[in-house]
Amino acid sequence: MLNATGLGRRIEDAWIWREVDVQLDAGENLAIVGPTGAGKSLLLRCLAGLDAADEGRIAIDDKPIDEWQMPAYRARIVYVHQRPALWEGTVDDNLRAVFHLAAHRSKGYEHPGAIRRLEAFDRDATFLGKNATDLSGGEAQIVALIRALSVEPSVLLLDEPSASMDATATEQAENLVARWVGEAPGRASVWTSHDGAQVKRVADRTLTLDGSRR
Amino acid sequence: MNGYLQIGYAQTAIAGLLIVANLGLSAALRLGLGRRLVIAALRMSVQLLLVGLVLEWVFSLENPLPVLAMAAAMTAIAGVSAVNRTQRRFAGVYWSSLVSVSGAAFFVTGLALLGIVRVEPWFDPQYLIPLLGMVLGNTLNGISLSLDRFVESLVQRRDAVEATLALGGTRWEAAHEQIRDAMRVGLIPTINSMMVIGIVSLPGMMTGQILAGAAPTDAVRYQIVIMFMIASAAALGAFGVVFFTYHRLFDDRHRLRLDRVRKVTP
Repeated sequence: MLNATGLGRRIEDAWIWREVDVQLDAGENLAIVGPTGAGKSLLLRCLAGLDAADEGRIAIDDKPIDEWQMPAYRARIVYVHQRPALWEGTVDDNLRAVFHLAAHRSKGYEHPGAIRRLEAFDRDATFLGKNATDLSGGEAQIVALIRALSVEPSVLLLDEPSASMDATATEQAENLVARWVGEAPGRASVWTSHDGAQVKRVADRTLTLDGSRR
Repeated sequence: MNGYLQIGYAQTAIAGLLIVANLGLSAALRLGLGRRLVIAALRMSVQLLLVGLVLEWVFSLENPLPVLAMAAAMTAIAGVSAVNRTQRRFAGVYWSSLVSVSGAAFFVTGLALLGIVRVEPWFDPQYLIPLLGMVLGNTLNGISLSLDRFVESLVQRRDAVEATLALGGTRWEAAHEQIRDAMRVGLIPTINSMMVIGIVSLPGMMTGQILAGAAPTDAVRYQIVIMFMIASAAALGAFGVVFFTYHRLFDDRHRLRLDRVRKVTP
């Protein structure tokens, strides 16, 4: 589904990583592991097309990234920031606003779906009325994750998605994503995590970025 | 109602004593304003004395070329100063500002000279230079405020802007809120001044015309024309610079390119 070969990323003159291959098939959960500063986030951003790769090729469904309209590409492969970036307004506003984007306008906000996903985190409809700025870091990550799932991507790129969550919420997030991947064909997830135990729980496969290929 | 009382250099110097009073106050209260105040007062005096000489010379030539050269120099300085007041720069920022300020100011001033005031000949510096000067001063303000706000808010709200992109938003959708905000900020001084003009403030040009012996109702009509010119040029200039900045900081692959921005101390 997602096929990236020979990727390299350079900052100034120093290569962060080179010769990185990422193969992701439908139904797979891949974890990218490596020490802090190994460029895990940069790799996810690259795959999402938020940064340009300095070398290498990326393709989704055998169509190179350069031939995609970027909004359509990113609607298929959604990157969820490590620091959750919510828009101004309430949780409800955030979950609805994404459907104002041209790429998702045809889909339309689905209230029951949003409630069901909130319930997976033991949150009910009153949570929707909370102001985004009043949320804790973990709650904001929950909203960002649900917002990303609601646009029905094919690939979720999750950058430390539970870094600010407590143990319960972390488990709920892992279950939600696992269920989402399994629910329909043609879905996959990529995780980064500094938590080795989490990687074991969520990933079918790991890719190590350790700087050795520099 | 004609003619006015002339002021000589000696009388001008007396007015300078007002600044000396300020200096005394600053020294007595240890406000530390002394040096900057002296430099500003000196700069103001020298710049104005010089421009007075240059204007007299240009006025005497009755030739469009020196007038246009002076207009171009004023515009270039406005374009550069607009950028120099901002904190974050990117390659091409000076060009963005220059093109915006000259496009807006030439268009609006040209329209006023040819279509509204109908000056003959069109380059008559008695009209062209002061009109252009007023338009430039305000366009410069609008441009630097909008430019500063736009880049600053992209940096501050980077995560939210990128969240929109990451969810499949176009660069326009991602930047729209910041663009609107930047335009609003750029037009605040113009709109504020139009709101209170004549009530709180008597504008300098109108006051000048009245001092020089013009009938107040004539001066007022001039001022209204000027305010429309200023508002229009400031909006055009601000829009121009935001537009160019948008295209510099979002590439055609819908990526936010803050790597092109660097911070400077203005």
